[in-house]
Amino acid sequence: MYTTELSKTTNVASTEDPDKLAAFEARVAADEFIEPKDWMPEAYRRTLTRQISQHAHSEIVGMLPEGNWITRAPSLRRKAILLAKVQDEAGHGLYLYSAAETLGTSREQMIEALHSGKAKYSTIFNYPTLTWADIGAIGWLVDGAAIMNQVPLQRTSYGPYARAMVRVCKEESFHQRQGYEIMMAMCAGTADQKRMAQDALNRWWWPSLMMFGPPDADSPNTAQSMRWRIKRETNDELRQKFVDITVPQAAALGLSIPDPALRWNEAKGGHDYGDVDWEEFYAVVRGEGPVAKERIKARRDAWEEGAWVRDAAAAYAAKRNRKAEAA
Amino acid sequence: MAQDWPLWEVFVRSRGGLSHRHVGSVHAPDPEIALRHARDTYTRRMEGISLWVVPSAQIVASDPADDAAMFDPAADKVYRHPTFYSIPDDVTHI
Ligand SMILES: [Fe+2]
Ligand SMILES: [Fe+2]
Repeated sequence: MYTTELSKTTNVASTEDPDKLAAFEARVAADEFIEPKDWMPEAYRRTLTRQISQHAHSEIVGMLPEGNWITRAPSLRRKAILLAKVQDEAGHGLYLYSAAETLGTSREQMIEALHSGKAKYSTIFNYPTLTWADIGAIGWLVDGAAIMNQVPLQRTSYGPYARAMVRVCKEESFHQRQGYEIMMAMCAGTADQKRMAQDALNRWWWPSLMMFGPPDADSPNTAQSMRWRIKRETNDELRQKFVDITVPQAAALGLSIPDPALRWNEAKGGHDYGDVDWEEFYAVVRGEGPVAKERIKARRDAWEEGAWVRDAAAAYAAKRNRKAEAA
Repeated sequence: MAQDWPLWEVFVRSRGGLSHRHVGSVHAPDPEIALRHARDTYTRRMEGISLWVVPSAQIVASDPADDAAMFDPAADKVYRHPTFYSIPDDVTHI
C-alpha cells in the first residue's frame, strides 16, 4: 500500500446524524460514488484525507530514488524513459493532491505536513538506490506492487480518488514494463551485470512485500475501510497476488527470489512465502529508514530553493491584477 | 508560508468534433501558468488538442441537497421520450 497509517483508529463518532449515516452507508454499499459536496461522516473524510494525501506524498517522494539516476542513465534512450517516468510520478502526486483538496484540506497544509515529518509516505522510498539495476528493480517490483494496490482503487467510493486512480493506472503500466526491460537487459549481459540484477532483487524484494502494509491480523480498521469501499482488498490478499505473479517473472529473468521458504502450494493454489520482518517495517514507518532524513531534506531544499520562482510568479500576477483593475 | 495559488479547473478536447471534458484541476497564479501546468499535468500522452482552464471560484454548482427539487420533476415526464407513444407495427418510418 502507498499508505502506511491505515491502522490508526477510525472511530465513527456517535455524534453523526443516524439517518444521514444510514443513507450514506447504503449508497456506498450500492457501489455509488460519493462526490465532494455530498454529506459524508467525519471519520470517512478524515480517513480518506489521510489515505489520499499519503498516497500523494508517496508519489512525490517516490521521484527521489529514481531521480538519483537520471544523470547517470546508461544511454540516451534510458534517460528519456526515466525522465518520462519520474515526470509521471509528479503528475500522479498532483492528481492525488487535487483529489485530497476536495475534502477540505489545502495543498499548503499537506505540503507542510510532509515537510515537518508529520505526514507519512510509503516506507519503500526510504531505501537507497545503489546501482542502475535498482532502477530496473523499482520499476518491476515497486511499480508492480503499486499497480496491484491501485487497480482495485479505481472503484473506490470517493469519486475524485477513483478518477485519479483511473488516470494513474493508465500511466503506470509502462513504468513496470520499462523496469522489467532493464532487468532483462542486465540478466542477458555480463556476469557482473547479472550479479547486479540479482543484488537489486535481493534488496528490494522484502521492502516491496512490505508495501502492502501489515498483516490483516494487525490491521484492525481493514473491515471499516472495506465497508466504506476505501479499500477493496485486504493487505494479505494483495500481497499474495503480488507474490504469485512475480515468481514466474523472476524465473523468466533467471533470478532467484531471496526467500528459502518460497514454494508452490498446490492445495491453496498459490505460493507459500517466508515471514516478512515487520520490526523493520515499523522502524521505517517511525522514520528510521536508511535514507529517510535525506528524502525529507531533499523535499524541503527543493521547496525552499524554488521559493523565489513562486514569489516572482505571485508578484507578476498581483501586478497584472492591479493593472486590470485600473483599466 | 505563502498562500496556495488559486485553483483552476481543466477541460480537454480530446479530438476535433468532441466537447471539452473536465479532467481535473491545477493551482496557478495566472491564466498562462495555469495553461502550462494543465498541459504538463493532463496532456503528457496526446490526450488532447485543445485546453480550457477556468478559475474554480467562477464555477456555480447545484447543491446535492437540492438534487430532488432540481432533477426529480423530470422523472414523471416520460412523455418527453419517444418510447412513451405506441404506434402500430405496420406504420413504419416513424
Ligand atoms: Fe505513480
Ligand atoms: Fe509509477
